[in-house]
Amino acid sequence: MRPIVLLGPQRFRPTLAAALAELGRGEEVAGITAGWQDREDADEELRGHLEGRFRNLGLYRRMLTVFEKDPALHRAHRLRQARLQELQELYRLRLSHALDAARRLLARTGDGDLLARARREAVQTVAELDRAHLAAITEIHQEFQQAQTPWERPALVAERELLRRELGGIDALVVAGGHVATLLNRLRLLGVLELAAADLPQVAGSAGAMVLSDRVLVYHDSPPQGPGNAEMLEVGMGLVPGLLLLPHARRRLRLDDPIRVGMLATRTAPAMCLTLEEGAELHCRPEGTEARGGVRALTPGGAVVPADGIVDGGRG
Amino acid sequence: METRLRSLLRRGEDVVAAHLSSQPVPLQDGDLTTFVYLGEAEAVDLQHWIYGLEAAQPFDPVDGSRLWVLTVELPPGSRIEYKIGVTENGERRVILDPLNPRLAHDPFGANSVCHTTGYETPGWTEPDPEARPGSQETLVVASEALQSERAVEVYLPPRYRRSRTYPLLVVHDGDDYQRYSGLRTVLDNLIYRHEVAPLIVVLTNAADRLREYAADPAHARFLTFELTAALEERFPVATAAAARGLMGASFGAVAALATAWRHPGRWGRLLLQSGSFAFTDIGRSHRGPEFEPVVEFMNQFRAAPGRPSEKAYVSCGIYESLIYENRSLLPVLQATGMQVLYAEARDGHNWENWRDRVRQGLSFLFPGPLWMVYE
Repeated sequence: MRPIVLLGPQRFRPTLAAALAELGRGEEVAGITAGWQDREDADEELRGHLEGRFRNLGLYRRMLTVFEKDPALHRAHRLRQARLQELQELYRLRLSHALDAARRLLARTGDGDLLARARREAVQTVAELDRAHLAAITEIHQEFQQAQTPWERPALVAERELLRRELGGIDALVVAGGHVATLLNRLRLLGVLELAAADLPQVAGSAGAMVLSDRVLVYHDSPPQGPGNAEMLEVGMGLVPGLLLLPHARRRLRLDDPIRVGMLATRTAPAMCLTLEEGAELHCRPEGTEARGGVRALTPGGAVVPADGIVDGGRG
Repeated sequence: METRLRSLLRRGEDVVAAHLSSQPVPLQDGDLTTFVYLGEAEAVDLQHWIYGLEAAQPFDPVDGSRLWVLTVELPPGSRIEYKIGVTENGERRVILDPLNPRLAHDPFGANSVCHTTGYETPGWTEPDPEARPGSQETLVVASEALQSERAVEVYLPPRYRRSRTYPLLVVHDGDDYQRYSGLRTVLDNLIYRHEVAPLIVVLTNAADRLREYAADPAHARFLTFELTAALEERFPVATAAAARGLMGASFGAVAALATAWRHPGRWGRLLLQSGSFAFTDIGRSHRGPEFEPVVEFMNQFRAAPGRPSEKAYVSCGIYESLIYENRSLLPVLQATGMQVLYAEARDGHNWENWRDRVRQGLSFLFPGPLWMVYE
């Protein structure tokens, strides 16, 4: 099983090189910066930080090449994105009402059994809505896979073969942050993780960490527009199940609001909601995940507690 | 508050002065704001621009001393610009509040600023060392419409790339927005936070503001055809109307609305702040001769608004005399089918009011990838 290290934001406190060094890796690193979209190749800072041999796999650019060569696939992909967007809007509408009801009940004073039951069921409603939404997303992806068989199409086959060769001889794979949906799309379409050796270590930061989980949650409690409801966006790559990663949690979430914190922790249970601030690290090993550098966990009770140490029983 | 000051005064003026220097002045106590002046005077009054508050706001001397106070009920969350009128030897001079270091600037100088309970200067208006800075270039456009050359400043967002296409925002009174609202700092911050899409912002200025910004067709032609053509030649600006916006305050808002109305389908986004949207239902406007072309335009617009744009953000301070005109505009815009977000603030006709609304306005008109980007 591959060692995986998840890191907090890297811009002001880069810890990537140290994480690779601890893994005994870093001589030949392949990087994925597809989350930076058209700035994918603006990787000077990353190269400078790593110092060793670094090759950018250029997934964003590669898919543009594939789409140019296979316009039918491009059309199908755009249609899929449009369906996912529509699904997200419908889910958002339902989620808004469900969250509003749950928050009102949680804010109501009293501890009678009827209120307690209403609260439980209201939060359960949100969790069920999340599960149903992710199931619908999975169906849309499956429909696409079955109808398009992307990995059998010549343009993608060719790019994947080039990627396979690029991945040969590397000792670690680095996944940078950025636009979480773009990053996930590229990883999924090109199947990079499937091409990589099963025991190839991966180090991922911010959005890179988020996509490796089994669920991708997008969040901001105080946006300039809208109610600020955290949403399930996508099914993740599933390499670190049971963890819900929250980069820049302090900046994006009202961690001093126990109702919001408790709601988020409860609706995403049994997954652990873990903050990833600058300097944070999660070392995911078969025997357990170790948190360092100020990782904190959101609790159903509404508290945010230090989580440094072993946080789960492992990826088995 | 006055009781407290009276009690301190009994211990001496020095004690009062020391107390005032350790507190934000004007003094706040719930809904009550106490303005204070310490000095020789025959009379002291509050020079304010709060529409609806009596113009005459005299201070009272406390126990015949040099301490003068005025307590006014001002709602929480308010931001008030003011000066103090001091009469000595029969002559009144208007000064900044010597006890209040908080100032706001505008083209006419500076005013003292009162923050009532609950108002805080938004953090995103202040320089953020983490925010990547944008850059700026000058573009000179030869204008047949305006019979002159116009130099505009073009703000390019952080990490600007020629390979990308950017939404375009044209700002009226651009230099004043930059100087008095800190627009460039605000843009850097909002783009850094992913709350606003990276966009190209053009800061324009009028040579003859009261004419060019009073719904002048030549000004509208300049922006819509000449300026945009020059921009398209040099910068990767988006061409779709949904990615093009006009912004302005006061007469600048009139210019923005009039330009979009004269050239529908060109400017899909409008950011209109405290617009001087004077109109008449009957009789003549009382706002003066410089408003005549504005009134003529607004009356035409209100009679036949068409659909000047797709989305508009409209804001006004409730302490402005223009609040009536701005509230009146809202149903007219909404009836066109445009998406409109309207906001009022407990503030007046000034640059920091307009600054404080930019986040809400630009994130509505040009939303950034806040939910999607985790760096």
